[in-house]
Amino acid sequence: MTDAKKTRSYKLRIWRQPDAASTGRLVDYEVADVDPDSSFLEMLDHLNETLVKKGEEPVAFESDCREGICGACGVCIDGRPHGPVTHLTTCGLRMREFGDGVTITVEPFRANAFPVVKDLIVDRSSFDRVIERGGYVSVNAGSAPDANALPISTDMAEDAMDSAACIGCGACVASCPNASASLFVGAKIRQMKILPQGDVERTRRALAMVEQMDAEGFGDCSNHGECEAACPKAISIENIATLRREYLRAAFRS
Amino acid sequence: MDVEIVDGSLSSGSPDGDIQTKWDRHRFEMKLVNPANKRKYTVIVVGTGLAGGAAAATLAELGYNVLNFCIQDTPRRAHSVAAQGGINAAKNYPNDGDSVWRLFYDTVKGGDFRAREDNVYRLAQCSVNIIDQCVAQGVPFAREYGGQLANRSFGGAQVSRTFYARGQTGQQLLLGAYGSLMRQVDAGRVKMFTRREMLDLVVVDGHAKGIICRNLATGKLERYAADAVCLATGGYSTAYFLSTNAVNSNATAAWRCHKRGAYFANPCFMQIHPTCIPLSGPSQSKLTLMSESLRNDGRIWVPKKQGDTRPPSQIPEDERDYFLERRYPSFGNLVPRDVASRAAKLACDEGYGVGATGLAVYLDFSEAIERLGRDNVKQKYGNLFDMYEEITAESPYETPMRIYPAPHYTMGGLWVDYNLQSTIPGLHVLGEANFSDHGANRLGASALMQGLADGYFVIPYTLGNYLADTKPGFDDTNDPAFDEAETNVRGTIDRLLAARGKKTPREFHWELGRLLWDQCGMSREQEGLRQTAEKIRELRDEFWQNVHVAGSGEELNQHLEYAGRVADYFELGELIAVDAYNRNESCGCHLRLDHQTEEGEAVRDDENYSHVAAWEYTGDLSKPRLHREKLEFNNVHLAVRNYK
Ligand SMILES: Cc1cc2nc3c(=O)[nH]c(=O)nc-3n(C[C@H](O)[C@H](O)[C@H](O)COP(=O)(O)OP(=O)(O)OC[C@H]3O[C@@H](n4cnc5c(N)ncnc54)[C@H](O)[C@@H]3O)c2cc1C
Ligand code: FES
Repeated sequence: MTDAKKTRSYKLRIWRQPDAASTGRLVDYEVADVDPDSSFLEMLDHLNETLVKKGEEPVAFESDCREGICGACGVCIDGRPHGPVTHLTTCGLRMREFGDGVTITVEPFRANAFPVVKDLIVDRSSFDRVIERGGYVSVNAGSAPDANALPISTDMAEDAMDSAACIGCGACVASCPNASASLFVGAKIRQMKILPQGDVERTRRALAMVEQMDAEGFGDCSNHGECEAACPKAISIENIATLRREYLRAAFRS
Repeated sequence: MDVEIVDGSLSSGSPDGDIQTKWDRHRFEMKLVNPANKRKYTVIVVGTGLAGGAAAATLAELGYNVLNFCIQDTPRRAHSVAAQGGINAAKNYPNDGDSVWRLFYDTVKGGDFRAREDNVYRLAQCSVNIIDQCVAQGVPFAREYGGQLANRSFGGAQVSRTFYARGQTGQQLLLGAYGSLMRQVDAGRVKMFTRREMLDLVVVDGHAKGIICRNLATGKLERYAADAVCLATGGYSTAYFLSTNAVNSNATAAWRCHKRGAYFANPCFMQIHPTCIPLSGPSQSKLTLMSESLRNDGRIWVPKKQGDTRPPSQIPEDERDYFLERRYPSFGNLVPRDVASRAAKLACDEGYGVGATGLAVYLDFSEAIERLGRDNVKQKYGNLFDMYEEITAESPYETPMRIYPAPHYTMGGLWVDYNLQSTIPGLHVLGEANFSDHGANRLGASALMQGLADGYFVIPYTLGNYLADTKPGFDDTNDPAFDEAETNVRGTIDRLLAARGKKTPREFHWELGRLLWDQCGMSREQEGLRQTAEKIRELRDEFWQNVHVAGSGEELNQHLEYAGRVADYFELGELIAVDAYNRNESCGCHLRLDHQTEEGEAVRDDENYSHVAAWEYTGDLSKPRLHREKLEFNNVHLAVRNYK
């Protein structure tokens, strides 16, 4: 604890919506005594404690690991998914990024395929359904050959890892003017395309995942590139190019 | 705090004979379910972490119907996702002398001889298959330039047997298991229930036959019936308030099974991880782990002078105490976690700690940067350094990290036999939720190994053995046992909402956490433990009188979810203190000040405490019954752990 750390106050405008069926609205709050080293979510915890003490209902928001890896957190802060610092999750964002006294607007990730559940919580199960259709290698436990039987170059492993790093938070969708899931889907497709293990199911995977992506109501990609900027893991839009190529190749072969 | 002790009531049920062939023999001797009959059985798997996700996917691959539950909005976010450093396996790819036997030996020794030999041996055997399985799934493990898998060393071992995917090993392994799970969802063999919290176990005629869940999105209570239940709900470090675990990690499912008859083993075996970012302020919600792999190249030190406030760069080399290297010359910075944590605490207690609170030691990379070059260090630890800088606004490339120990992992958990079955027939417990493999201290990179071994390679066999004797197709959610369990759950929820007191669950949790941290943390003392148990009881009474829970039960209500978990921490917390009080020895993480050498090393009492302490709930929280399972060491010689 730094000695006599100066705390900060903020004006907050937070989206409140009791459930999916109701309409929501922005509600104004004030929060004081915020430790600038605390995280954005800890600031919301702090607000919630004061709301509960006043007999008001706390703001619902999602989080779990609080260290940038589970993908649970994610809100729009002043219109930007995960807030002002690039390539950082909401849970990683620190209040020292916000000057004392400023107004901060907090809203859920917006997309047709991510309906609001309550307040800042949205339903991202559409991502699971896309993965269900083919975002894996079909191999049963117990049937694998020795792990070193298949050498994989460091470049390949690193490249695959760059795509596999996706945490499934949905910031790419929330940042896209078309609410497209191309970066999310492309990252999985690319990981599996680079690795030899993914080769056998390559055609089927691309067709099935794209079909599901469309069925979920995600929009088309028109190369805005906002997704890469919003991605906390800096997943490159090269993955979208791969998705297109893989889909065309698969469509041609099927 | 005298407790009733029962000996001879528990048996692991592992077969006799040579340890190296035990598992093979057991697999042959266990009963099988006819392939055509498997689809007639339904299995509930609670949890989608490495243990639960792997189990659900594998059981479905075998043909069972699986109902799989998790708290998060998707199975891919289970807390396993946060594991950074790596996963052990006795592959011996580096040819540096590793073997199944050595991994077995290291794990038993690392656990300070308080784990069951047979389970650990099987774990070491399965480790080899895990890596094969994960690579086949497309897990992008780090590679050598020749294309072979890369390994690194980890605390407590002198061979390199840790496989890793950057600093995101848990994430990649979990996504592998999640992929397999999603494939089974697509195939219709797994039904996935997200945003569900299991709040009670349903026991019908002595057998686990179902669960009661709260649908976290709607608040509705739901009943699910099955022919068996597998619990893979993770550890309970969050009882300590500040821990490295995810904020939704909890003790609730395991605790409520305990209250239905599952014994809780070694609850006081709590691992305090040496390398975490120190507490910065009262608003903090959790502590962040800095992977143990950092100790491969980072050097831990404090100033030689007490209360030295100079910045680290101005403290000359000969005025620094590299206390791990000094005290443990052969393992140095790579001593096991319990030893490293204790040494750091000792340094701080004696006034050598650094940073504003004096509750931190340095983890210094300047020598590594000089030796390996900044780029190499960046390649190995870049993402960890970035994470540290995000949180503290200090760059580890420029100035040493400040670290301090934090609650991290629970070796204790529900008691299970060799088949991973609890004391309730049909309730099997997997992963961190059980107690079986790590004794009094877990070695780094062994939890991921255990979760996946349990899920991919143990439960698929042992559950079949149970089901083979069970009539399939239990689906009666109108059984009176379901009514009783649901009424029980509703009663707890109503009580929480009715209190309308003055303190928030968080305030209570914070107080409980301080009590546990002070007395059931890195050092424990008998009288203090007695008082702590008492204080926890008092605070628990106050909790039920004076807690304030917002909102109602009929809606998404995170405040209510949290209050329910805190209520369970209060009950478990008392048992942690009672267990620590009754283990009159030091072993692994459990350092009793009345049982240590002059240098502060743990002194075991093998004659009287070479046992698993399994606690039975008797209906009175303050009068648990202690069942002692004697540990036999036929293959590893009981020795004083020596890392010097
Ligand atoms: C920061 C960190 C880093 C780590 N790094 C490593 C490492 O490098 N190597 C290593 O070996 N180990 C590491 N560990 C330990 C390891 O990650 C865990 O022990 C392991 O992942 C636990 O897996 P699990 O499957 O048992 O449980 P978890 O992954 O905790 O999963 C629990 C599951 O149960 C569900 N659940 C819980 N309660 C309920 C309920 N009441 N109702 C319904 N569902 C419920 C959750 O939703 C979740 O799906 C680390 C731990 C931490 C905290
Ligand atoms: S809470 Fe896990 S990524 Fe933010």
